[in-house]
Order: sequence, then C-alpha cells, then structure tokens
Amino acid sequence: MKQVFTRLALMTLALGAVSAAVSGAAAAPVTITYWQYDYASKVSTVNDLIKKFQAANPDITVKQENFPYDAYSQKVASSVPAGQGPDVVNMFYGWLPQYVDAGYLQPLPEKDFPFKQIEANYAPMVKTSKIGGKYYALPTAVRTLAVFYNKDLFKAAGIAQPPRTWEDFISDAGKIVKGTAPRFTTLGFGIQPDGQDYHVLREVLVRQFGGQPYSKDGKTVAYNNEAGTRAMTFYTDLATKYKLGVPNFFPGNNSYRDAFIAGKVGMIIDGSFAVNTIKTGAKFGWGVSPLPVLAANKQRGNFGSFWVNGITKNATGDKLAASIKFLKFMTSEETQRTWLANVGEIPASRKLSGDDALRKDPVFGPFVYSLPFASSTVFVDEAGQRKAWVDAINTVLLQGNSPANAVKAAAASEQKILDEYYKK
Amino acid sequence: MTTIPSIARLRRPGSLRRRQTITAYTFLAVPLVFFLIVRFLPTFTALRLSLFDWNILKEVQPYVGFANYDKLLHDGVFGRALVNTALYTIIGVPAQIVLGLATALLLGKIRKLQGLFRALYFAPYVTPIVASAWVWQWLFSPQFGPVNTLLVWLHLPPQPFLTSPSQALATTAALVVWQNLGFQVVLFLAGLAAIPRTYYEAAEIDGASGSQAFWKITLPLLNPTIVFSVVTGTISYLQLFTQVVNLNFTDQGGPLSSTMTVALYIYQLAFGRFQTGYASAITVVLFVIILAITLLQLRFLTRRVDYG
Repeated sequence: MKQVFTRLALMTLALGAVSAAVSGAAAAPVTITYWQYDYASKVSTVNDLIKKFQAANPDITVKQENFPYDAYSQKVASSVPAGQGPDVVNMFYGWLPQYVDAGYLQPLPEKDFPFKQIEANYAPMVKTSKIGGKYYALPTAVRTLAVFYNKDLFKAAGIAQPPRTWEDFISDAGKIVKGTAPRFTTLGFGIQPDGQDYHVLREVLVRQFGGQPYSKDGKTVAYNNEAGTRAMTFYTDLATKYKLGVPNFFPGNNSYRDAFIAGKVGMIIDGSFAVNTIKTGAKFGWGVSPLPVLAANKQRGNFGSFWVNGITKNATGDKLAASIKFLKFMTSEETQRTWLANVGEIPASRKLSGDDALRKDPVFGPFVYSLPFASSTVFVDEAGQRKAWVDAINTVLLQGNSPANAVKAAAASEQKILDEYYKK
Repeated sequence: MTTIPSIARLRRPGSLRRRQTITAYTFLAVPLVFFLIVRFLPTFTALRLSLFDWNILKEVQPYVGFANYDKLLHDGVFGRALVNTALYTIIGVPAQIVLGLATALLLGKIRKLQGLFRALYFAPYVTPIVASAWVWQWLFSPQFGPVNTLLVWLHLPPQPFLTSPSQALATTAALVVWQNLGFQVVLFLAGLAAIPRTYYEAAEIDGASGSQAFWKITLPLLNPTIVFSVVTGTISYLQLFTQVVNLNFTDQGGPLSSTMTVALYIYQLAFGRFQTGYASAITVVLFVIILAITLLQLRFLTRRVDYG
C-alpha cells in the first residue's frame, strides 16, 4: 500500500514538473511577424487588433509588416526561397495552390481548426482553401460582386428600380447611355473586361447559360461549348450589339470605378471591396443591387473571393503555438465584426453574414445575399489565367473575332496552364 | 627597419608612376568588384537559370537543358514582344534623332530666351515617366482626350489610340520620343558647339548654301554624337518597360499584347508568374540581341572625325 502511495506521489510530482515545464515554455515571450499588403484601413485595424490580442496574451508580441499592393505577391514569393518572411501571412486565396505546393504554408492543425466546424461556420466558397484534404488558411472576410447603380441617372432616365434580370439590365443601360463609340459621354454599363467582368463571364454567365466553367477537380476547362459561347456572346454583345458602353472609358487603373464615381456611368459590376472607395468618392445617390439573372431560368450566381491568413513553415515551436493563437483570434467572430465595421468587408462566418441587420443593409445586403451561391475559381496561375480570358474577350471587342473562336482560344491557353500545373 | 628598402625603391625613377598606378587600380577595384557582384554575376546566373525549369515557388528546380529555348520558338507572345520591340526601336530611334537634331538646329538660331527654350525641351526628360504616362493616357483618351477633340473639330474621325491593338504601339512610341527629345537636343547642342566656326566661315566665302553647309559640314562632323545617340537610343528602346506598363496598367502590354515588349514579358514571367527559368532564357536572348546590335552599330556607324 505504502509503495502504491509513493508511486502515486512520485507520478504526481513528475506530472507537475511536466506541466510546469509546458506552461513555463508557453510563458516565454515570443514575437511573431504578420504580413499583409498596405491598405490604410486594413493596416490600422490590424494594429488595433494586435493591441487587443497582446493584452489577452501578454507573452506574445505580434509585429505587423506591410508592402505595397502591387509588389506584395513578389515580396511573399521571394521570401519563400530565402527562408525568411512572416509567421502568419495574408494572401489572396487564388495564390494558395502555388504556395501550398511550394511547402510554404503549414496545414492548419485539425485539433485547433476542426474541419467540420470550418465547413459549418464559413461561407461555402472557403472550401477552395482545402487542398489535398487539408485546410491551409482561413479568411476574416469575404467579398462578392454586385451591381452598383447611379440613382440620379436612373431617375433621369425614368427607371424606378435597379434591374433584376439581364434583359432589364440591357434595357435600363440603353436608356442611360449617351453618345456613341468612341465618343461616349455617359455609359449605361461601365464594361471593363480586365476589371471584375471576366469573373462575371466565367463564374456567373457560363453557369447561367447552363454550363460549368471547370471540371469538378478543377483540372479541366469545361466552358468550351455552347454554354461558354452563349455566355461570351451575351457579354460582348453588351458593347458590340447594344452599345451600352466601352472598356477603358476613363484612363487609369480603375477606369470603370473612377468613371462611376465621376457620375458618368449608370451601372458597374464591382466587388464589396469597392464600397468604401465609392462611398467616399461618389457625390450622388447610388445603390447596390444583386447581379442580374436571366429571365428564362432565374439562376443566381456570383463570384466570391477573399484574402486568407495562413501559417508559414517559418513558425515552429513556441512561434507555431503563438501563430495558431493569433490565427484563431484573426478569424474569430469578434474580429470579423470589427473588420466589417472598420474595413467594410463582409464577415466570412455564415452566422454573422446571416445576421438580419446585415442582410437588410442597403449596401452590404446584396453582397451578403450572394454568399450562399457564390463560387470561387481555383487559380493555379492567376496572372496567366486572367490574361487568357481578357485577351479572348478583347479579340471579340477589338478585332471582331467570333465568340465561339474566342472561347476556344481562351480554353486552349487556360488548359495549357492547368496542364502545366497538374502534370506531376 | 624593414621599411627602409621599400622607401628606397620608391625613390627610384618611375616609382612615383608605379605608385600612382597602384593607387588608380586600388580605387578602380572598388567599382570593379561592385560591377562583378551586381552586374556580371547575375548575368551569368541568368545563363545558368535558363537551363532549369526554375520556379522560385518550387522546392525542386529540375535541369531541362535547352527546353526553355525550345519553348521560346513556339511562344506567340514572345514572338509578338520581339516584333514590337523591333518596331519601337525602328520608329523611336530615327524619330528622336531627327526631331532632336531639328530642334537643336532651331535653338541654335535663337538668340533670345535660349535658356528658357532649352529648359522647356528638357522638362519631359526629367518628368517622372509614370506621371507622363498618365497625362498621355488622358491626352489620347478616345472619349475625353484633347487630341480626339481636335480631330473631331477638324471633321476627322476620332481615333481609339491606346485602346486599339493597331494604334497602341505607335501612341506609346510617341510618348517615349517626346520624353527623350530633350536629352537628344542637349546632346546635339553640345555636338554642334564642338564644330569649329571656321569651317562655316570658309564655306561661306566659297559660296556654299545653307543646305550644303548642313550636309557637308554639320552632319559629317556630328557623326560621333549621332553614333552615341543611335547606340544609347537603341539600347533604351530594346529595354522599354515603364511607359508600356503605365499606359495600360490593368492589361500591361495590351490590348492583346500589342504593346508588349521583351523586357515587360520577362518581368511578367519572372515576377508575376514566377517562371524564373523561362524568363532567364528570354533574358539571355535579349542580351545576345543587344550585344549583337551594339557591336554592329559601332562597327558600321563609327567614322573617324577630325575636328582639325
């Protein structure tokens, strides 16, 4: 009996020592680095969030580093072979396959981020972060597309409501447009293939015309058919047949958005990320309305995209533990609420985006409404795949190519990119 | 004690010169080492990278021999970029030399406000390229640009300029010529000033006309300036990048790759799509082209000029 007691006592002692060692390790001060691109409201929000996080975790210091948006992907990429860079990194979801492939990101540990919970809690598009059966990153907020319309121009043209169907969209825009190419003075639709439009064509119109942009595994293009051609015809007709607008109406990086803000465009298709810019810039009444549907089948569709936070291979030991804590904090519901209030991006959580007040919000409502049916493209070479589509559209708009041939060309060059990536 | 022999050696005739030489080489070594590390080493690295399927995001960089060069032969965008780069050079270099020389000759005739005019012509050269590109976009905007407004006013059809695959290259070249003009003017003003006045005076006494004096005296004696302009101008057009990027920022090199240059394509492949190996192969090709053209130009354009 005595022996048993001694043993128990010894075991307790040993356990105590182990747990002391463990908690001792966790209490050691640790500094982790967080990277995101330079965007005023995001930087200041994260700075505030870090303060809050550090107050709750006094042993962890988070250092935020920012780089200009245009150089951000290069900065992240070049940090990979150098074996340097952040512990927690913010990246566009479309870059994930390349970075996961590079072994740059660690899979999120399932015990801290249970997959079932992720799939139940997040908007469905977040599934694109699941690669090879594992989640590698999670978003704080997500973005969808919608129609921004100029209420003053609508009123002047005698239109009472934003269009619900593409048919109404065409007739409304036709009432607003003034002038003809190449000397328009007001556009009905601020068409811009290299803005958000090519996403609309690929992820929304192709589906609405009865097709699928890609095969289920994402390895094969599936739009080189009747549906793809009809979608391409419909989109390019907006400029060539109905003459509702012209690309690059205003010079500059955000041509269509700048022109809309200047009050020279009836409607544009843009993302929720544009809300703040338009809110500050537009000096007229404007509204947001969900992407139109075809009168024939009323099928809804949207393109969702998001920036995710992932943990890099640089984070090991204490840094890994701290990074997991920070990632949990960055994706928490509370942070998502702060993000909506300060950055103006809609929460990635289903529960929050299902919030009644948000759904009824005149600006954010239409974006939130689209979350359940928004799809995200799995990009393997975002720049290359984008060029394939933009060039295809431009051959129709600028060179009179037939939509069928344009779709064929896009499919050929995009398939080549996909093949190169998936060849191993 | 050991220093005495060396001091004695330095006192020998010629030792000062030797010491100066050593000093000169010591100072030259600094930029030389710098150039070796910053310029030559990366060049040879590019040569090596071009033989690999090098992607900075991959852990394995397999050796592929000349596969990248083979890929080049079938790459439509590269072909387009090569043709475009040649077009830029063929349009830009003669245009900026002719306009630069003409402007310099006219400025040479002006007596009043010469400094002001020189400054005005030089201003585009010191204006940030990005800013110029933006102003250019607005000037040539099909919808709102003053150029089209003028065309419409003259009852001419408005043009799509930068938004058209057939006009974008020429519009871009025009911007580069306009920017380089000031530098060309300064070069030619210096070249003209170096020609002794006595030649013109002698020609005048012999009854030579103004155009004879230009063709027989000015132009031949400007040969070194022209060679310099052609060589540096050609190299700068072969490396054309910033203007092209900023004139169509959301579709760089577009529309439809119609303004794409080799340098921009290299950048897009290496830093946008991380295909470093393939981009290196193109870099090597561009390097060989620039080297060959420069050697040919120096061989055939240079004539000995004796200012007497």
